[in-house]
Amino acid sequence: MTNKTVLHAKHLASGAKMVDFYGWEMPINYGSQIEEHNAVRQNAGMFDVSHMTIVDIQGNDAKAFLRHLVINDVAKLTVPGKALYTGMLNEEGGVIDDLIIYFFTDTNYRLVVNSATREKDLAWMNKQANGFDLTITERPEFGMIAVQGPQAKAKVAELLTPEQITCVEGMKPFFGVQVGDLFIATTGYTGEDGYEIIVPDNAAEDFWQKLLDLGVAPCGLGARDTLRLEAGMNLYGLDMDETVSPIAANMAWTISWEPSDRNFIGRDVLTEQKAAGTQPKLVGLILTEKGVLRSHQAVITEFGNGEITSGSFSPTLGHSIALARVPRSVKVGDIVEVEMRKKLVKVEVTKPSFVRHGKKVF
Amino acid sequence: MSNIPSELKYAATHEWVRDEGNGIVTVGITEHAQDLLGDMVFVELPDVGDSVNAGDDICVAESVKAASDIYAPVTGEIVEVNEALEDAPELVNAEAYDGGWLFKVKLADAAELEKLLDATAYENAIDED
Repeated sequence: MTNKTVLHAKHLASGAKMVDFYGWEMPINYGSQIEEHNAVRQNAGMFDVSHMTIVDIQGNDAKAFLRHLVINDVAKLTVPGKALYTGMLNEEGGVIDDLIIYFFTDTNYRLVVNSATREKDLAWMNKQANGFDLTITERPEFGMIAVQGPQAKAKVAELLTPEQITCVEGMKPFFGVQVGDLFIATTGYTGEDGYEIIVPDNAAEDFWQKLLDLGVAPCGLGARDTLRLEAGMNLYGLDMDETVSPIAANMAWTISWEPSDRNFIGRDVLTEQKAAGTQPKLVGLILTEKGVLRSHQAVITEFGNGEITSGSFSPTLGHSIALARVPRSVKVGDIVEVEMRKKLVKVEVTKPSFVRHGKKVF
Repeated sequence: MSNIPSELKYAATHEWVRDEGNGIVTVGITEHAQDLLGDMVFVELPDVGDSVNAGDDICVAESVKAASDIYAPVTGEIVEVNEALEDAPELVNAEAYDGGWLFKVKLADAAELEKLLDATAYENAIDED
């Protein structure tokens, strides 16, 4: 039985091509994913992300629990609304999921986790919460809309009261604030300015329609993937999974090693891996000739072979890009080869980030 | 339901064939096919002068989604290819039967056209997919 988000009828009305995304019927595009991608880079586009999982963690031990549960340290969050991005590991140091955590008070946090990993994540969190004084409350009664692009904030402002605008004006990246019915966060999965907005189910369709009326382009999963890849953002299940260390997934920056007595799950394994220094690393690849790099293609280097984790065509750059897991000794600037349909093509190694705010960054 | 012009012939592998009347046919992929493939980003065309046999994979349409082989629907010699696709591969999506044509073949055997599907037969073939 496929799930439908609260915006399902809107997608059909806009002519969306629907696909099954891990049990959710979601729009893959509304005609042209490349046009949708360009709308986000140049103007404003929006995504229905209501299928994602919102979990509120509240209670006396909320902070201590989260400091144990994830590799980044929520103690760094001291301003209400401030958020962080982190991995959540199993005992073997493999990534169970990547997620965003918003701080409100030491006893009140909001987590947004992936849709495809919902059951696994909730089961894990509930198990790990044993002995901690807190509640774990899923919030399925909310929809979520991501509005992204240079004009995104301006478009959303047209739908806010002057009072609400004061609340969000000048909000720095990675903050969230409740303004009336809307929870507005300066986060996103595209590398552009914009918001991710949590909206009550009964207000979601109306909000989406108003944004449509303002000329914000509805965008599907196809554009979402090319945008996030250009921005160098990981996709769980491709760029990392439970068999992959955050060190091998360009997520080492999310590990808060200090204070050294913070005993988060997976710390021991990461400590060993860091000392050994033999984990592979996630790099960017660019192919300037014709062809499209794709997941699982082999990467051939003088230091041994690796594999593309995510690959696609970059509409903004006009050529193919990829994220790839390769031996640690491979360096930015190296020319390596990818096995593509029985040929070897040369690609250049870059940092795992290609476009930010519409501009090439490598 | 996608457009399937009645004056064209079709292969079950989603190529359309237009008889230009002088022993030459134009070949492209159908609207149904371009819709399945999604936004086109590169097209690898055969070379002018190539000899092709019906059923050979001679062309590759690479969309954001996947690379797909395109097959020669007839036997003959490639006499022209659509250079416009180099800079505008999206023509294959936007004008599947018109500006998005792929290549032209000088027929070795005009009787081969009889073996292709007509519009109704192609429509039935894709309904069963």
